[in-house]
Amino acid sequence: MPLDPSYVGRSYPPTKPYLVGREKIREFANAIGATDAAYHDPEAARALGYTDVIAPPTFPTVVSFASNNAVVDDPDLAIDYSRVVHGDQRFSYTRPIVAGDELVGRQTIAEIISRGGHDFITTRTDITDAGGAPVATSWSKLVIRGEG
Amino acid sequence: MDLPTKKYPVTRADLVRYAGASGDFNPIHWNDRFATKVGLPGVIAHGMLTMALVGRAVTDWAGAPDAVVDFSVRFSRPVPVPDDESGTEVEVSAQVKGTTDEGHTVLAITAVCGGEKVLSQAKATVRTSRLGK
Repeated sequence: MPLDPSYVGRSYPPTKPYLVGREKIREFANAIGATDAAYHDPEAARALGYTDVIAPPTFPTVVSFASNNAVVDDPDLAIDYSRVVHGDQRFSYTRPIVAGDELVGRQTIAEIISRGGHDFITTRTDITDAGGAPVATSWSKLVIRGEG
Repeated sequence: MDLPTKKYPVTRADLVRYAGASGDFNPIHWNDRFATKVGLPGVIAHGMLTMALVGRAVTDWAGAPDAVVDFSVRFSRPVPVPDDESGTEVEVSAQVKGTTDEGHTVLAITAVCGGEKVLSQAKATVRTSRLGK
């Protein structure tokens, strides 16, 4: 049965604050082979005007991936995760994530489309800092493959 | 304007490292038995790892690690990673497509693995620095 489009607009409680560690950013940068000094060396990041090392562009996935679970585990949607593939991903940035940030993700269902026996659900994660100021927004389109 | 093509090797070890760093432990990225059971050719790279490699290319082209304003991709094809020493390679290229009202530069990005495009509609908007100069 196609996913009910009336769930568009549903939002989920904010995630618990995620404290961004300097070593976590280094670990993430190393895992993707990113050697820019600003990801590794606080002095290099300070020279660019940041208080500590900054994170590579796709680092918000560490926060949005976790907050996406609220949608994937929503019993009303009853998504079969074994049929889910990641279709599209978009990030929009107010500023880079900086070590020391306490980030909160707020998840909303932005779009639901059913086509060719497959469902497409786009979730939006608004990532803010401890003071509630915007840091980045992430949109993930998940494809739920039909059983045909 | 075409930007210089960049090549990134991807091995099984890279997938393990990325799984740990990102928290995405889906077994299709490390377990051949599981991957083939769900209809894949074998273990495939995390889409978000491919996007991260593209992000490296984008920040290199822009000349600044904090230059990216907006970044989007569609994962059109999986990136299979064979269980050997060399793994596979993702090749990233881009063209400068134009300038936004804010003066940012828009890049249209292509990512290829094994002769096939693995992303479609990949796009990044960056604060103009060295680009186009």
